Amino acid sequence: MSRRRSEQRLKRLIMSLTTRWMSGELWQYREREIGTIIYSLGCFPSQADLHDLIAEVEEDQTGYIHLDSFLPVMSKVLLEHKFPPIPEDLLLQAFEVLDKEKKGYLEHEELTKYMTQEGELFTQEEVDEMLTALADHEKNVVYYKDLINQLTIDPDM
Amino acid sequence: MGCGVSKSNQFHKNSGKAIKSAVLIQRWYRQFVARKEMRRRYTWHIFQSIEYSGEQAQIKLYNFLGYLMDNFTPASNERNLISHIFRENEVCRDAEWERYFCYKNIEVPDLYSGPHLTFPLTVEQAVGLVEAFRNKKQLHSRYVLQLLLETWKQLRLLPNINRISTCHSKEITICGDLHGQLEDLLLIFYKNDMPSLEKPYLFNGDFVDRGKDSIEILIILFSFLLVYPSEVYLNRGNHEDHIVNLRYGFTKEVLSKYRMHGKRILKLLQKIFSWLPLATVIDQKVLVIHGGISNTTDLSVLARVDRHNYNSALRPPKKRHQNVAGKSIDSDEEAGSTNKVFQRRPSLTFPRTLTKDCFQNRSLQDFSDRLRANTVEEVEIHKRLPGPLGPENDTSQSCESISSEDEWRQILDLLWSDPMAQDGCVPNEVRGGGCYWGPDVTEDFLNRHNLQLIIRSHECKQEGYEFCHNRKVLTLFSASNYYDVGSNRGAYVKLGPDLVPYLVQYQASSMIRELSVRQSAGRSERSANKVLREQLFAHKSDLICAFKKLDSGNKGRVSLANWASAVESVMRLGLPWRIMRSQLVTGRSADSSIDSSIDYYEWFNELAIKGANADHIDQSLLETLYRHRSTLETIFRIVDTDNSGFITMEDFRQTWKLLSVYLKMEITEEAISDLAVTIDSNQDGSIDIEEFMEAFRLTDKKSRLERGRSMFMGTASDLTKLEGDPNI
Repeated sequence: MSRRRSEQRLKRLIMSLTTRWMSGELWQYREREIGTIIYSLGCFPSQADLHDLIAEVEEDQTGYIHLDSFLPVMSKVLLEHKFPPIPEDLLLQAFEVLDKEKKGYLEHEELTKYMTQEGELFTQEEVDEMLTALADHEKNVVYYKDLINQLTIDPDM
Repeated sequence: MGCGVSKSNQFHKNSGKAIKSAVLIQRWYRQFVARKEMRRRYTWHIFQSIEYSGEQAQIKLYNFLGYLMDNFTPASNERNLISHIFRENEVCRDAEWERYFCYKNIEVPDLYSGPHLTFPLTVEQAVGLVEAFRNKKQLHSRYVLQLLLETWKQLRLLPNINRISTCHSKEITICGDLHGQLEDLLLIFYKNDMPSLEKPYLFNGDFVDRGKDSIEILIILFSFLLVYPSEVYLNRGNHEDHIVNLRYGFTKEVLSKYRMHGKRILKLLQKIFSWLPLATVIDQKVLVIHGGISNTTDLSVLARVDRHNYNSALRPPKKRHQNVAGKSIDSDEEAGSTNKVFQRRPSLTFPRTLTKDCFQNRSLQDFSDRLRANTVEEVEIHKRLPGPLGPENDTSQSCESISSEDEWRQILDLLWSDPMAQDGCVPNEVRGGGCYWGPDVTEDFLNRHNLQLIIRSHECKQEGYEFCHNRKVLTLFSASNYYDVGSNRGAYVKLGPDLVPYLVQYQASSMIRELSVRQSAGRSERSANKVLREQLFAHKSDLICAFKKLDSGNKGRVSLANWASAVESVMRLGLPWRIMRSQLVTGRSADSSIDSSIDYYEWFNELAIKGANADHIDQSLLETLYRHRSTLETIFRIVDTDNSGFITMEDFRQTWKLLSVYLKMEITEEAISDLAVTIDSNQDGSIDIEEFMEAFRLTDKKSRLERGRSMFMGTASDLTKLEGDPNI
């Protein structure tokens, strides 16, 4: 398939993800929306990756990104499988590393500490949201093994 | 990594691992959140599309019926069936109205435990009503009528455009759509206190429809309007319209709560709705309207119109004739056709001189080919003349009729329009009325009228409000959980003398707190998916047709990419079908092989209703019924002139004939008879509308059998004639 055609298809897909419910401009997306779009297309970039990508396409300092500049870059990302999904077993290992005592779960404080102090830091808000969404409400802990099953990677597009 | 295993190295190695792990988890989680957000968005989009296409369908139906009126001979049965919704009010003098709406001989039984009202209304009584409704009481029809009569009198004194000032440091509270959701109104009053001399309120339309307590909301709003006429303001919304109410539940609600007097209550409400002010201006700087504006909106024109002539914004104005005694306030036509004053009204088919031409003509083209005999030429004439409404008009009236056309259009735009991101102004084809207007139109409008902000409602927003057009337009929506439990918050805005909007959000329903974020998102999604699957099933023939075109080898399979584009070409919902595939294509039809193709026949087998006797029914008939279920129900309610909830066998047949013309479908008399006989389960010659509609729910096999109702048993095989009709 020609690059042009696949770009067109990608464009339609992105538009279907965002048209009509984006309160911003139809053809220009704000930075944070780009992250959402990229994730939704099945990619798992890190924050650093995202920033690099956005810097590549951003229009000066406006904070807006034009869809037409974004398309070729995004096509390339998809074709090269640049930000592949995280394999389940690797994710499980990651949790197990943090769960030093091998309890099978992580407590609120543990997770909060790691998320807000290590790696690509979460804001307090992000952590709170994460705990609300993922934690077992009665025991107040995160049973990470169960969570892994939640990881649904959409079929190839 | 390092090769030494010294303690410090070990430490670094461990913390290195921890950092890497943290990064991985963070990356994963951010992706998870983004996808969840995306799913929420398109779930929303599904609900909204269904809602708006329902509005569009209603307008189309109304246009169609209007077109029938214009083109069928007066003797025809079909015309008589529906003419009453076009007929203007039967009596035209106030005294006669008073008699018709008289409540005085309605007795309130001793057993009645609801509130009693005495007029003039007091604050205590208004507050008492709120309490009573909170406790699930119902106001007696006598008091309802009395209250409505007083409200009607009050509204007639009001101008088209309310003008308020926030003097004396009074903050005004503005609320958006409530849509019959009493819990939200109660929540607003709880958070913000009830209306009073110190607490003025403005309610921006759409008080009714969809929710189950529309009449209670109206009663509360009207009571406070009567008690505090200078502090409570109401704007008309597009749902304050009896045509819309037929489809969206308000008519049904009133008739079921007030079996004996419901019809009169509805009639009086029609008048009240037409007398609701169209807009409000605050401090000469902030415009508050329900829908929006267009590039032709002119407040000075709107201030001058006779708004009460527009019972339904969907109907163009009737013309006034010199020979009708014009003394009454409502210069409506007289009943009885001896006086041929009854003017055939053109439906929404009048060609415009603006860019909205194509919209009008398209509506016209929808139907002109559906009606046979002598109609086409007339249609052509209507299309060609840009000026007068039709060949029967006096030229002396042409000037008046052009400006009344303009007036009507202005009102339609005010109540139905939505903002868009691009510049310009185009017809709002999604809803079927009003337009989409862009930031340039806002800018121009505000400058022309020396205003600084537009506050409007009409669209549901997840946070209850949303700014757009450079923060010059604020959308405000006050019905929380509108699409489903957990779908959105509601909001109200407070405006003080500084005119800086201060927004307050809330979310009703105690159920919300118990659901975790994950649960409530899942619920909405399941709900939306169910709705979507129903729609997909209802378009089965078109979809199969589209698939076949892409299935050159006739293998019964299409690739994922082709599946997605075929579905979009039929459904036109603009949804990310590829991403949603896993939720919509389940079971055996989902293929996990490398080529990710989909067996589409198998897919429809899984989508289909599992009715015990689904095989006996012609699939295309069934499909059509599912697709147009809401329209069918609406027609039933129109045909049910005495609003009893039952229609006669004869009317049922007529309805089907009407529908078959509308849908360009052929259904034989015999098929209709079979249908009718099957449904009339108690054989008394009348059909229960509710029961009939219930039979159309997409249900699973078990519940059908449980209900003991097999609607389509023994349908005539004549229906097989319809197979192969490409138009169905």
